[in-house]
Parts: sequence; structure tokens; C-alpha cells
Amino acid sequence: MDAGALAVAIDRARMEFLSLSEAVARFVHDGDAVALEGFTHLIPFAAAHEIIRQGRRELTLIRMTPDLIYDQMIGMGAARKLVFSWGGNPGVGSLHRLRDAVEHGWPRPLEICEHSHAAMANAYAAGAAGLPCAFFRGYRGTDLPRVNPDIRFVRCPFTGEELACVPALRPDVTIVHAQRADRRGNVLFEGIVGVQKEAALAARRAIVTVEEIVESLGYEGANAAILPAWTIAAVCVAPGGARPSYAHGYYTRDNAFYIAWDSIARERESFRAWMQTHVLHAHSLEPELGA
Amino acid sequence: MTYTSAEMMTVAAARALGNDDVCFVGIGLPSAACNLARLTHAPSVTLIYESGTIETRPAVLPLSIGDGELCETALTTVSVPEVFGYWLQGGRISVGFLGGAQVDRFGNLNSTVIGDYARPKVRLPGSGGASEIATGCGQIFIIMWQTPKSFVGQLDFLTTLGHGRTGRERRELGIRTRGPTLLVTDLCIMRPEAGSNEMVVTSLHAGVTREQVRDGTGWDVRFGATVEETAPPSAGELEVLRDLHARTAAAHGAAGAQ
Repeated sequence: MDAGALAVAIDRARMEFLSLSEAVARFVHDGDAVALEGFTHLIPFAAAHEIIRQGRRELTLIRMTPDLIYDQMIGMGAARKLVFSWGGNPGVGSLHRLRDAVEHGWPRPLEICEHSHAAMANAYAAGAAGLPCAFFRGYRGTDLPRVNPDIRFVRCPFTGEELACVPALRPDVTIVHAQRADRRGNVLFEGIVGVQKEAALAARRAIVTVEEIVESLGYEGANAAILPAWTIAAVCVAPGGARPSYAHGYYTRDNAFYIAWDSIARERESFRAWMQTHVLHAHSLEPELGA
Repeated sequence: MTYTSAEMMTVAAARALGNDDVCFVGIGLPSAACNLARLTHAPSVTLIYESGTIETRPAVLPLSIGDGELCETALTTVSVPEVFGYWLQGGRISVGFLGGAQVDRFGNLNSTVIGDYARPKVRLPGSGGASEIATGCGQIFIIMWQTPKSFVGQLDFLTTLGHGRTGRERRELGIRTRGPTLLVTDLCIMRPEAGSNEMVVTSLHAGVTREQVRDGTGWDVRFGATVEETAPPSAGELEVLRDLHARTAAAHGAAGAQ
């Protein structure tokens, strides 16, 4: 389709089954605004590790909860800027690499654009809907608008109510993890679906990593969360690709690892050593094309 | 029966919830309190976590806001834009449970930074859902450990609106929800004073003195006209809470219990 005929910028590409390394090589570029989404569930760790291995730099990382996935990318120096709404290790404490970057500029200074969850969720939905901005009832009485010029207020033309307004999120590339795709590349999400669908549809191009490729998606009922193949640039098979997050129906969240990360990431040396062993020297999850 | 300060806090907060409440639950002490209420006096309380899990009934406390347990035991699970849009902003939630690194006398919270925003001494996690929970829920319960470092005269950053820096800001901003109506600590219970909206001590936990509360508060804390003594946790409440924590510890592996 001629992208020029569309109201918003979307890279129209026929879905391809690619290895994760090839998908990252082709679709994630230095300097891109990248959203690796998944609200606690289905966090695309395998894709992040591939981005780190390929040495991408100057990324704007967008994610509601940076979680361990962006702690790792920030600690490895991949990011120039972070757009986020809650930057902790859930139920555990701090993200030490994020803190080190913000507090001490290590390994490089990190620009931050800080929102609330409601703002980010609305901003993704606006991006998916092709709108320039999102309105919602938010941020009232808080200090966040003073430190984030992207938070503004508008008046409802009908009631006069003052509403918060934030720009739509339009990532260059969104990467999400899902349970499975069928042989045509249609993708099914189940469980806590978070903002995956909005983030994927808000992006110029979307990459989806999946646990497996199946003949039939095997869902019950008509309302399962599906991304049609024609909304996706690449589908990559990455079994276990959400660990230590989880894939509902496949494996559970590795809560013990989330707790262990606190001590791994607390010091620069122990963090770097862990990344060397478990990411830089590890192989990309090799795909079984077409399964 | 002996009990810890954390148990006293959790029990005191749980007692404030009723069967008709629809509660937006945060991780940690709020989650323990809400599930204790559900497992004791309020079996029909509706719990919603910001991961979109509605009417969830977890057997163990989640470590994260989006553990699979929450989805598996929920009536339905919706997307995150939907939970903040139709459910929170749509006015369906009666109680929001919040905490923070700092609270002031008007129940405003800081969970963003200690020190200057641009060059923080400590970078905290940030708002998450809190900024809109504070204004979208019918009322707010706050649970926090009471120390002079956390109960401060002046917040380093206002992440989450309580009654505002003057105590009157909610009305001035046209916000119709009630804001903080309850502040539960390890020492006492505070509620907003009629008129000023300053959080004042209305109940001391058993064995706690006014002096301890003053020592734990960074502003000149005031006491209500009548100050009650908080009933200690009952044997039944403690048994249910300890079982819940034991199941949780077994499920997450050691340190995950709290």
C-alpha cells in the first residue's frame, strides 16, 4: 500500500518470519524511538538482549515500567532517553542501573521524560488511533507538569473542564512478545494484555516474538486479542523469550530472579559480569523458521 | 498474642475496607491489607490491580502488580488503557490504596525524587498509577511507616495530590473525590481534620505514646479532640494474615513474602 495515502506514518511491509537477529538488524536502528512493551507479563527480554548484542546506540526507550529489561539496556549504554511512568523493580525496590544513570550519568547521561501510567496508556491509545495527542483527567495538583513540558492542559470545549493533554506515542518500532502466531503470522495474546496492542498499532513498524508457531491459534470465543499479520513487520520465534517475565500458559514469572536482580545490578561490576555471561556471550535464540 | 508493627498496620488498614468497596490495589502493604480484608470480614470486596485484573482473588500475594496469579483468579482481565480509562477515570473505584517515600500533613505524597528533580539524591520509581488514582478513586487510604524522614514538613516533589499544599486544593481544582481519608502507620491512625484537612492523630496503636508519634513526625503533629486506642490484631486476623504470608513466601521463594 502507498504509505503516502495514509493519514499517519506507518511502514507498510508484508509480514515476514525472521530470526530475531535479522529482525533487529533490519528494523531497529541507532537513534530509533523503541517501545518494548508488556505490562509485567510478556516482556520481550530476548529481543532486548539481541538489541544489546548488536550494539544499538542512542535509542529513545519507551515503556510504562522500565523493569529489568530497560535496566539492562540502560546499564549497557544503549539509551539516550527514557520515556516512562514507573521505574522500579516491582515488589523488590530500585532499578539500580536506571538510578545510576539518572543520579550519576553512568554509563552515560540519560534524558528522562516522565509520565504517569494513565498518561502513557492514553498516549499509546492515541498513537494507535492516529491522533496527535491524548486527553484525560490527570496530573491535577501534581509537580509533574513542572518538570515535563510534554504535559499540558486544555479546556473541554463543551464543559469547560480542564483536562491533561500529552502527545501521542508513536515509536519507530515496537517489540512485543506473544504466546503464539499461526502460519500466516497472525498473533494471539492471552492473559494480562497490558498495552501491547496499542503499542504495536501506534508504531511505524512492529516486531512480535512468540513462544511458538502453530497451525491454529486455538482460542475460544470471538474476542481474543489478536494482531493480524498485516499489522506486523516481522514475527520471530523466541521460546522463553519473555523470561524472567512470563508467558501465561507457558511458564510463570521468575519472581526469585527479580529478587536476585537487586544484588546483581546494585554494583556496576557485578552487573557488567552478569551481562557478559548471560547476554553478550550467549547466543541469540535461534529460530525454527516456520516451526 | 504478640504481633509485629507491620501486622498492626495491615490489620488496621484491612478493617477500613467493607464488602461494598471496589478497591484499586497497590503492591506491598496495600495488597496484604486488601486481601486480608477479603479473607476475613469483607469476602465480597472487589479488588482491581492496575494490570487490568478485575475482581481478582489471589491465593498468594503477588510480587508484582501483574503476576499470573492475579489474572488466573480474576473475573475478567482488561487492557491497561481500559483499566485507567473506563474503570478508574470512569468513576467505578471507591477506594485507592497508596504509599510513598514521603507524606506531608495534608496527605500529599512523593514517590519521585529525594533532592532536586534534575539532580536527585535518590531517584525513586515515580508516579505509576498514583497521580490519577489519587483523584479518580472515591477516597484514598495511605499506609506508610512513620519516621521523620518520611513524614516531612515539605515534600521534595509532589507526585500525588492529597489535600494539596494548603489543604484546600482539591476543591479549588474542582476535584469532587475525597482524597486521603485515612493514614495508617506503624504507630497510629490519622484522619483529615474537618475544615483544615490536616491529617491529625485519631487513634494510637496499643502501647504507643504521643511522644513516639511526635518523634516519628517531621511536622508539628496534632492530635484529635478524642484519641482512641487501636484494637490490637485479633487471633483470627493474625492467623489469616500469617497463613497468607507463609503461602506467599513459599510461592515466591524466601524474600518475596513482604
